[in-house]
Formats: sequence, C-alpha cells, structure tokens
Amino acid sequence: MAKLPVDIPELVKEFGPHVHRVPPGGWAHTGPDDKLVKTHCCFCGQQCGIQLRVRDNKVVGFEPWEDFPFNKGKLCPKGVKRYMQDEHPDRLKAPMMRVAGKGFQPTTWDEALDKTVAEIRRIQQAYGNDSFGVLSGASLTNEKAYLMGKFARVALRTANIDYNGRLCMVSAGAASRKVFGMDRSANPWSDIPKAKVILLAGSNVAECSPITTDYIWQMRENGGKLIVLDPRMTPIARNADLFIPVRSGGDIGVFNGMLHVMIERGWIDYDFIEKHTTGWEQVAETVKKYTPEYASKIAGVPPEMIVKAAEMWGPAPTSFVLHARGIEHHSKGVENCVAAITLAVATGRIGREGCGYAMITGQGNGQGGREQGQKCDQLPGNRSVENHEHRKYIAGVWGVPEESIPRKGLSAVKLIEAIHDGKIKGLISICFNPAVSLPDANYVREAFEKLEFYANIDFFLSETARYADVVLAGSLMEEDEGTTTNVEGKVILHRKAVDPPGDARVDWQIICDIATRLGYGDKFPYKNSHDIFEELRVASKGGISDYYGMSWEMISEQNGVYWPCPEVGHPGTPRLYEGGKFAHPDGKAHFVPVEWRPSAEMPDEEYPIILTTGRVVSHFLSGTQTRRIGGLLDQYPQPRCEIHPRLAEKLGIADGDFVKVESRRGHVVVRAQVVKTIRPDTVFIPYHWPLGRSANNMTVRAIDPESNIPEYKICAVRVIKTVEPTDEIARLEVEAGGIR
Amino acid sequence: MSAMAFFIDYSRCIGCQACVQACAECDTHRGTSMIHLETIERRDSVQTAPQVCMHCEDPICARVCPADAIKKTPDGVVQSSLKPRCIGCSNCVVSCPFGVPKYSAEIDQMMKCDMCYDRTSIGKKPMCATVCPSGALTFTTMEDIQRTRRGIPVNSWRFGEEDVKTKVYVMVPREVERVNVELVQITPTPASLPEDPYDIALMLEEVR
Repeated sequence: MAKLPVDIPELVKEFGPHVHRVPPGGWAHTGPDDKLVKTHCCFCGQQCGIQLRVRDNKVVGFEPWEDFPFNKGKLCPKGVKRYMQDEHPDRLKAPMMRVAGKGFQPTTWDEALDKTVAEIRRIQQAYGNDSFGVLSGASLTNEKAYLMGKFARVALRTANIDYNGRLCMVSAGAASRKVFGMDRSANPWSDIPKAKVILLAGSNVAECSPITTDYIWQMRENGGKLIVLDPRMTPIARNADLFIPVRSGGDIGVFNGMLHVMIERGWIDYDFIEKHTTGWEQVAETVKKYTPEYASKIAGVPPEMIVKAAEMWGPAPTSFVLHARGIEHHSKGVENCVAAITLAVATGRIGREGCGYAMITGQGNGQGGREQGQKCDQLPGNRSVENHEHRKYIAGVWGVPEESIPRKGLSAVKLIEAIHDGKIKGLISICFNPAVSLPDANYVREAFEKLEFYANIDFFLSETARYADVVLAGSLMEEDEGTTTNVEGKVILHRKAVDPPGDARVDWQIICDIATRLGYGDKFPYKNSHDIFEELRVASKGGISDYYGMSWEMISEQNGVYWPCPEVGHPGTPRLYEGGKFAHPDGKAHFVPVEWRPSAEMPDEEYPIILTTGRVVSHFLSGTQTRRIGGLLDQYPQPRCEIHPRLAEKLGIADGDFVKVESRRGHVVVRAQVVKTIRPDTVFIPYHWPLGRSANNMTVRAIDPESNIPEYKICAVRVIKTVEPTDEIARLEVEAGGIR
Repeated sequence: MSAMAFFIDYSRCIGCQACVQACAECDTHRGTSMIHLETIERRDSVQTAPQVCMHCEDPICARVCPADAIKKTPDGVVQSSLKPRCIGCSNCVVSCPFGVPKYSAEIDQMMKCDMCYDRTSIGKKPMCATVCPSGALTFTTMEDIQRTRRGIPVNSWRFGEEDVKTKVYVMVPREVERVNVELVQITPTPASLPEDPYDIALMLEEVR
C-alpha cells in the first residue's frame, strides 16, 4: 500500500529538502584536519578528483587535488559544495517504516529487513517472481551496480531490473554498439585539444560537464574550430565558430545534410571506408536527398549553416565528435547518435591522436553503471542476458544453474507502466528518484500508489521514497569505497573518508543482508566492497567491458585504468580503434543509414510550442542532493521558463511573469525568463524540481524503440501568462518545490 | 621557478560560479565570497565575467581610505580592509574603477578579494583560479600562459585620462596593448539591433 503516509508539507517539514549552509563546526572553526582523503566528486560522469578534509569523522571541507590528471584541481560549483551533504540535517540515519497517518517511524534493521523479505516472499509466491521489480542507479559504484544485477537475478530471480542510466546514456551506447561494436567513448579527453575541428551536438557542456569546456577552449587556443548544435545559445555556443540553433528533433537534418555536402565536395576518406568499414553505399544513397535545402527544413535552420558546417568539418585533418543528451533524449535518440558518429567514420578520423568521438556521460557512474549487469537486457561485462554462452559463463561465476537466470526484463519506463497496469506489485529501488526524473510525472506518481510493497534504499528521503513502506538508510560515496568508470572509460577509485552516521549502513551490506534473509547468503559472502570488485573482475573477463587485468592498487597508483584491461599486467586502453580495428566480430565499423522522422509529439494548433528540458549548472538530476545545499540553491533557486522576446511579446508575457506551461499530460507554474538566446518556437525548463515545478509533468512517455530512452527533449506545450499560485504545495520552501 | 601571476580570460567564462562558491571556502573569510560574477545582460546574451580584485600597482582604494585600513603587501597584493581600522565609509567602493570592494553592512566593513593571501603566501594558488573549470581564471607563470593561449596577457588599463597598471592580467587579442575603458556607456540604438550576435531569431533569418 504505497501511499503517502501523511501529506507532503508534513513530510517536507520532517525530512526536507532543507537548506544546509554551514560545515561541521561552523565557518569559524579552522583547526587542523585529521586527514585529507583523495577521492572523486559524487556527481556527474566527469568524476573529478577532489580531496575531502576530514575532522572527527566528519567531512568539513575540500581541497583541490591538482595532481589528478583529468581535472587538475578544477571543479564546478557542485564539486565545490558536495561536501555539505555529509553532515546534512536531512540525512537518514536509521531504517524507517511507514505508519499511516503518522509518517515514517524509526525501526530496527532486523524489523525493516524482515518486513522487506516477508513482503518479497508474499508477493512472489502470490504473483510470480517477475512481479517484484528492482530500480537501480547509475550513480552507484561498479561494485554496487554489479551487486544489484546479481541480487535481482540470483536472490529475487526476477527479470525486471533496470536502472536510471536508462534516462541518460542508453541511446549513445546503443549507437556506439551498432557502429563500432562497443559502448564507450573512443578517446581519452587529452585527444580533444588536438582536434582541428569539434562538432559538439546537443551538449550544454558549460552547465552539464564544465571541466570539458577547458579541453574545448584548449582546442581553440591551438587554432581548432568549434561547431555547436543546440536550440539554445549556451555558454559554450557563445564562443563557437559556428553555432547552429537547430530545432529540437531536427539534428539528423544537419548530420545527413553535412554528409551530403561532403560527398559532393569530395571530403570523404574512401580508402579508410574500403579497408575498415561496411555499409557505406546504403548511407551514401540515403543522404542523396538531404540537400542543404531539404535538410534545412528538417533542422529548422538556414541551409547556409549546414553547408558551412560541412566546409569546416569536411577537409579538417583531425576532428572530434562530442554528443550528449540533447541528441540522445529522443524517440530517435539512437539514430541521432548514429548520424553524428557517421561523420567521424566517413572521414576516417577515428582511432588516432586528435581524432575520435565521445559521448558525454551525465551520471556519476553512467559508464560503469551500464556495464556491470543492472540493465534489464544485460549481464556483467556488457554481456547479453539472452546469449547462451554469456549466460553460461556468468552462471558459472555466480555458482547457479544457467536456467535459473531470468531472461530479458522490462526497461525503466516499461517497468513503471507494468506497475501502473498492476503486473508488478512490489519494488525495491536504490538511488533512483523516478517521481521527479521520469517523464509524465503524474502517471509515475499514480503508479507508485498502486504498489503493494515498496522498499527504498537512499541517504535522503527523496520524493519517490515518500511512497515507501520501508526506508533503508544507505550511504554516501565517501562512506564506502569502490570504483566508478568516468566519461573516458577510465576506472577510478573512490576512497572512504568517514563512516556512515548513526544507524545508516553501507549499501552493499543492506543488499547482502536481504539476500541472506532470502536464503542466498552463500552467494553473497562479501566482507567488503573490494571482495565484490574481485568477483566483478572475473565476471567481466572476456566480455566487452573487460576489467579482469585491473586491481585497486593499480587503479590507485595510476590514477585510473582504462578498460578493456583483459590481462594482469595489461596497461589498459585509453584510445579505442587504433589502426582502424573495430569491436565488431569482422573488425570493421558498420555504417548504418539513418532517415529523419518526426518526434512522437510535434507542436500543433492546440499546443503550438516545443518544450525542451535540461540541466542548470548548480543542480544535479532530480535535485535530491543539490536542492539541499545552500550555495547551490541560491545560485538557481527555482526553475524558470526561458522564452524568446518575440514569442513572449506575442503571448503578452514579460520577464519575471508567472506562466503556466501546459501539455496534454500536465503543467507547471514558473516564472518566465525572457532571453534572446533561445529559438522563438521553443521554451526551455530545467528538470531538477518536483511537484508543481516539475518539467516532467509535461514530458511525454514516448521512448526510443531500441534504447528505450524517454523523449525528454521535445513535447508540445502552450504557455499562458498566469498569477502566482497559492496552493499548499506552492507555499513550501523553494528547495522543496515551492515558488517565489 | 618563475613568479606566478593571475590571469583572467573573459572569453572562456561559462558563468558557472565555481569561483564564487570556492571563494567562500577560503580559510580567511569562510562562508563569504569575495569574487563577483557579473552577468552582462541575461536577456541579450549568456556572456558573464568574473571580477577579482585587480591589485593595482597604485591602488586608489587605499589612497582614498581615510582610515588607512587598506594595505598593500611587499609582493603587490592589495589586502582587504583591516577590521580594527575600517570605518565603513565606502570611499574605496566608489573609487575603484573595477567595482571590486563591497561594503558589508552586517559587519560594517569593506571586504574584497585579497588573492587568497592565506594560500598564495605559502605557495598555493588562489581558490577561485584553482577550481575554475573553464580556465577563465588561471594562476600560473607568464611562460605557461604565453605557451598555452592565443591571446596575450595585458595589465595596462586606461580609464579616460587615467592610466592604471595592475598585478592581475587579462587575456586580450594579440593586437591589443592596453585596455581602453570608455567612461560613457554607449547603449545600442534600435538601428543597431539587427547586428545583435546573440539573437537567435535574427540568426535564423539572416546568416552572417
């Protein structure tokens, strides 16, 4: 009975989000630290190195880690303030049970775990194993991601496990697998400054991955040129040599149009194509009709821009494609990415210094989190859950019969739909906040109310955890140790700085405790997360993402190791595809022809404006962490609707007015921010807020058929000037979803 | 080792405010940021500009201070006001051509960037320049900046008839030797709007 135990204002009062501004001991306390711990930021996929200052088992501040090669001490505002989470007053310090009408009451671990296991057993006996689902997280360490996949298949025997990387990187990964046979950025970031031209597609790096801007600026200092595709003039687009303000959903127009021009002008590397690729003829045939004029109608930009892009990209000696959610969050996300990386392959500019491509990971362990087997269709090492040989190998590692491993399950959006349809009755989730992060938020909230049992593992009571029957107080990154895999495919080590506070437990221990109570203790005998890594190494051996040759000592000494690292003594693989050798069995890159098609919901008379969503620099994902940190909240206290002056004037809207932005599924009321830096047919709202401020109230549940990523980047809305809302939710503090 | 210097490159600034957040973590004024991030005009562009104290060779803020509260160290760092001396008159605030010192009514004292003296005096870098993710703020040697940047560092300014030399450099195009700061702000006329490089609607109508 996963209903809210008390109303939202009461929950907010007790569990926040509350704003926290002061480090342990206060600002004036500047005594010596007990230790400085070299670790990494807990937020985005850049995984910057940082040193945490520790005093009396508390994180009291940070010190830049200038020797760490990726970021050399540089940090974005989130990295600077991340340490404020550690002693946050909202921190969950004990397990809790929901008591209707009374909220959440602290309980013992025995009671919480017994209740969880009893409900898992009851539901699975009544409705079958697959009626209990697992939603996991891409911010978990590799060890925890691996553990979650094993827990679902071995202890729960459910097929239905998926993770929130489904909202982030899966289109990029699927496109890379199609073209290259492997899902990883092809180059280390040190190749970026060596490129003579960069195509940055759908990536607001200045706000989503700020450290990357330094690499791009270095490229420009070296005389390279920058092409940016985005419906908004982002801070990186401001200094681009060519900025293409593409209409959301029109990216294939630009990519295919560029290729059309490049074929006409002879800027194709036919020698490379012949030796190292297959399928070129079909691609060349497909792009024949994508003349600049035809492409411009799709992309919503003048044809001259597409020609100019081809003129910059085509003849360059070295080049780099960078892409991110802007082209991936679409019901054609995989095709968008394929069309973008086709430009790199057609010019043979991949697999050598300064030449390649990269997908910019959004979540902390977005890369590693999608390799270790917590996806619904995947086993560790990027293996297929449907492949007999792969299943047999992993069954051997786990010591279970192959037939006991469930087949492919439901991906995140479909899993929520199955809950809504009553097919999935129980759920356990960790570090995933679907009530804010999934599209069509009203539908998601309805689904959660239909669950018979829901257990949530997290360190703050997220908007989703409010629906839980049992809350299991978990751990922050600095309270355990383990590895993550950064945007470059480099495996790095997070070191423990402090113990979990109060009765909170490290996450892997909670999972192992449940597995043990379910009768599978012998399959989960780990004494620490290093034990899990040692098993993960073996499980990944021979897989695509092969970690077998790595050790924590090696990762620590070398400041990270790139996978594949298949043998002990292997140095790791910073740059993929050198010598034109690709990861498909035939060793070649596979061209895939891509046709443009409309997005799932296009603007019409009733809803004439495109809504696109994204991030702001001071907040992260569903805001569960960053809306609790004072400095970050002050920087961007609540969502605003960016709107061009021409559209604003037409709608009678002035800067700062309250506007109601409404789609067929729901609405928000936010303030308008009138800016010339957005297309006049498009409005933008960042997605980090809950309830009446949630951009996902409007977004559409359409997904890419291959990757199952939701189409966050385009839906149809109308925008109406309105007045300040006065309901109870609106009166909450801003960090909790209120409005000012 | 060559002397370290502070360089600002406005073209690299992405407006992320990591500098502002990190400045507040500095051990000398914990919790309060001494750096400003200026937003030019958000309606018109995404241009932003970080503003640290430029540490003038002949600091006018110190010259106009009636209480002699602003001191310059032998290595050229202009310090924030001395608490026992500052009378909160704000002479420094109104006189600084860069708009750096700010009067804090809460503590009745002027506060401004002191180039993280607690850090720079022991060989560390200022917090803002260490963390700046885009390299808009950099603390390094002259040789390093000349090797890694297209532009050149300049520390000469002309405000009307007044020449000012600063310890902090700004990166400018190679042909620029001195930054001329117009004292009269020229606002764009309606006729100049079609040239607006940041208006996407105009960009879609005409390709430059």
